[in-house]
Amino acid sequence: MTLALFILALLILGSAAVAMALRNLIYSALLLIGSWAGIAAFYLWAGAEFVAFAQVLIYVGAISMVVLFAVLLTKQGHAPEPVEFTSLSRFITGLIAGGGVAGVLLGAILGMPLDVRTAQAAPSLTVKELGARLMGPHTASLLVIGLLLTVALLGAVLLASDKRPDQPEDAP
Amino acid sequence: MSPLQLCLILSSLLFCIGLVAVMSRGNAILVLLGVELMLNAANINFIAFWRYGPHPEAGTGIIFVLFSIAAAAAEAAVGFALVIAIYRHQQNIRLQEANRLKG
Amino acid sequence: MNAPGTDYYLERAPLVLRDAIVQWSPVPAQWLVHQLITIVAILAVFGTFFAFTTIAERKLLGRLQNRLGPNRSGLPWWKKGPKLWGLTQPFADAVKTLTKEDIVPAAADKLLHFLAPVLVVTFSLLTFAVLPFGRNLIPVDLDAALLYFFAAGAATELAIFMAGWASRNKYSLLAAMRALAQVISYELPLLLSVVPVVLIAGTLSTQDIVLHQGHWTFGFLPHWFVFTPWGAAGFVIFLVSALAESNRSPFDLPEAESELIAGHLTEYSGFKYALFFMSEYFGLTALSGLGVTLFLGGWQAPCPFLQFIPSYLWFMFKLVGMLVFFIWVRGTLLRLRIDQLTRLSWQFLVPLALINLGNAAFWALTAGWTGPLQLVRWGVSLAIIVVPFVLIGRRLSGTRAPRIYRYAAS
Repeated sequence: MTLALFILALLILGSAAVAMALRNLIYSALLLIGSWAGIAAFYLWAGAEFVAFAQVLIYVGAISMVVLFAVLLTKQGHAPEPVEFTSLSRFITGLIAGGGVAGVLLGAILGMPLDVRTAQAAPSLTVKELGARLMGPHTASLLVIGLLLTVALLGAVLLASDKRPDQPEDAP
Repeated sequence: MSPLQLCLILSSLLFCIGLVAVMSRGNAILVLLGVELMLNAANINFIAFWRYGPHPEAGTGIIFVLFSIAAAAAEAAVGFALVIAIYRHQQNIRLQEANRLKG
Repeated sequence: MNAPGTDYYLERAPLVLRDAIVQWSPVPAQWLVHQLITIVAILAVFGTFFAFTTIAERKLLGRLQNRLGPNRSGLPWWKKGPKLWGLTQPFADAVKTLTKEDIVPAAADKLLHFLAPVLVVTFSLLTFAVLPFGRNLIPVDLDAALLYFFAAGAATELAIFMAGWASRNKYSLLAAMRALAQVISYELPLLLSVVPVVLIAGTLSTQDIVLHQGHWTFGFLPHWFVFTPWGAAGFVIFLVSALAESNRSPFDLPEAESELIAGHLTEYSGFKYALFFMSEYFGLTALSGLGVTLFLGGWQAPCPFLQFIPSYLWFMFKLVGMLVFFIWVRGTLLRLRIDQLTRLSWQFLVPLALINLGNAAFWALTAGWTGPLQLVRWGVSLAIIVVPFVLIGRRLSGTRAPRIYRYAAS
């Protein structure tokens, strides 16, 4: 059980760390996609199947496309201009800040007495119950997220569009 | 160390990797990828607490993660559209140069 | 379910065979053997299916184009032996692709160039795990089976991009982006055409959806979803989107030879090209299987007295029927341009699929109408889908001149 968790953690953290440090943006994106797939495997390990498939569908299937299209449309895909760290001092500052946050969080986690029954059987929520929860107590959030996604879609299309006047229609 | 603590340590380390990337890389796309990593770390946290906490049958952790994934997708779409718009103005996506509103 | 049902010996034959092999193997490895048998069975059945789909396609296309298909490959060691109508062509093709030189461009990204065909076949095969092939023949019975299917299908797009980018070829990259745009555009109508089925059946599990279609009115009319107004509309939208998702004519712009040579597959030769080809056919077969499951009643027989034919044979018949239909469409319709493709998806199929969802909701809410009200229900349901179809179609083609068909003088 914990061995699987260790392997998954190694995969997730390793891919993420290497992805953030590379100079080639396409490799970064692809390694990050591997990290997201590892996170989906973690969700499967924890028993949240619906979220795992949603993670693969949305992150690996859709957000990865957005990232890759952005990389290609801004011409960052080719080697000649490697993406470098802005400066060493910035990197050191970033590391120190990140290390500080990590220290605080780890201290909190390890020092906190968590009431956990490790011998708990994995909970399983069927899709029907999940749907009932979503349409029952959490309906308002569902409507708001629908509105948010629509507005985000419209906004993204407007921002990225070229604002050229419409070309005359070609032959059908 | 209980499995819950291991999961929380995983999510904290992932969060810090994303944080370091956001603070030290100057490429807009990499910063946005770091933000996505941080959101994913928070989702791992939610699922860990859903799995090992009280009342997993209420499904609150799962529902929150679903909304978090949806919000992250929306934010990624808008963020990368902004990156494309910035590229159209300054022909590169170095965040240090996107300071026309400064001062 | 009337007899012959679950106890019929032909139905249970595959399961009995599998259990016999599992019992025969040593106890610690039994779980592994059980899963391996399922995996090997799927690979063997659908691998052979792929081989015979290729030859069926070539011969059917030949007949549609008024010529014979390949009919020269007989048995290997006979010079003047029987030609077997060319049915051993797939094996000849396999030998050819295996022995071809594997050319990798010098500037290509070796790792990604190698990984792309592997990933695309892997994810295409993963989608087979949730298709119910028979009454008890589903490899993995997941609660969220449909979501798993679409998640595995979505990951194949990534491999298309990797193939196009790793070739370090401007035209491959351009073609890969076009292929990606096509696949993404058609994922939306595909998913939206499946949502009404989930609405009516109330479950995401494929096996439960098939069981939902298992009744017969008047003893002989099956309750398959395709025989309802919203089901028929959903099925048509599903068919069009499935054709586009698997890059198949009339949507085969990414791999058309008169376009960017072979698109994102230009720099692939030999077995890697065969792997891409295989994944396209596996994707098509999996989507056809999903269409059969969701709309055509899966492994259900059309009439109760035809249930003596085992359920997995019914699934195969329906699958073969859908594939023949796809081959027929390939031989008949013209290829669409990329802007026509995307316009069809976003401006036509997505609004119709959303309206269809409302149609299915109306159908579910009026389930209590009986007698003459049933006719009203059918009429309103048909109107909800046909009227927007005509109106949107007229509006979108309003700016164009009317089509003039000129046929060759016969």
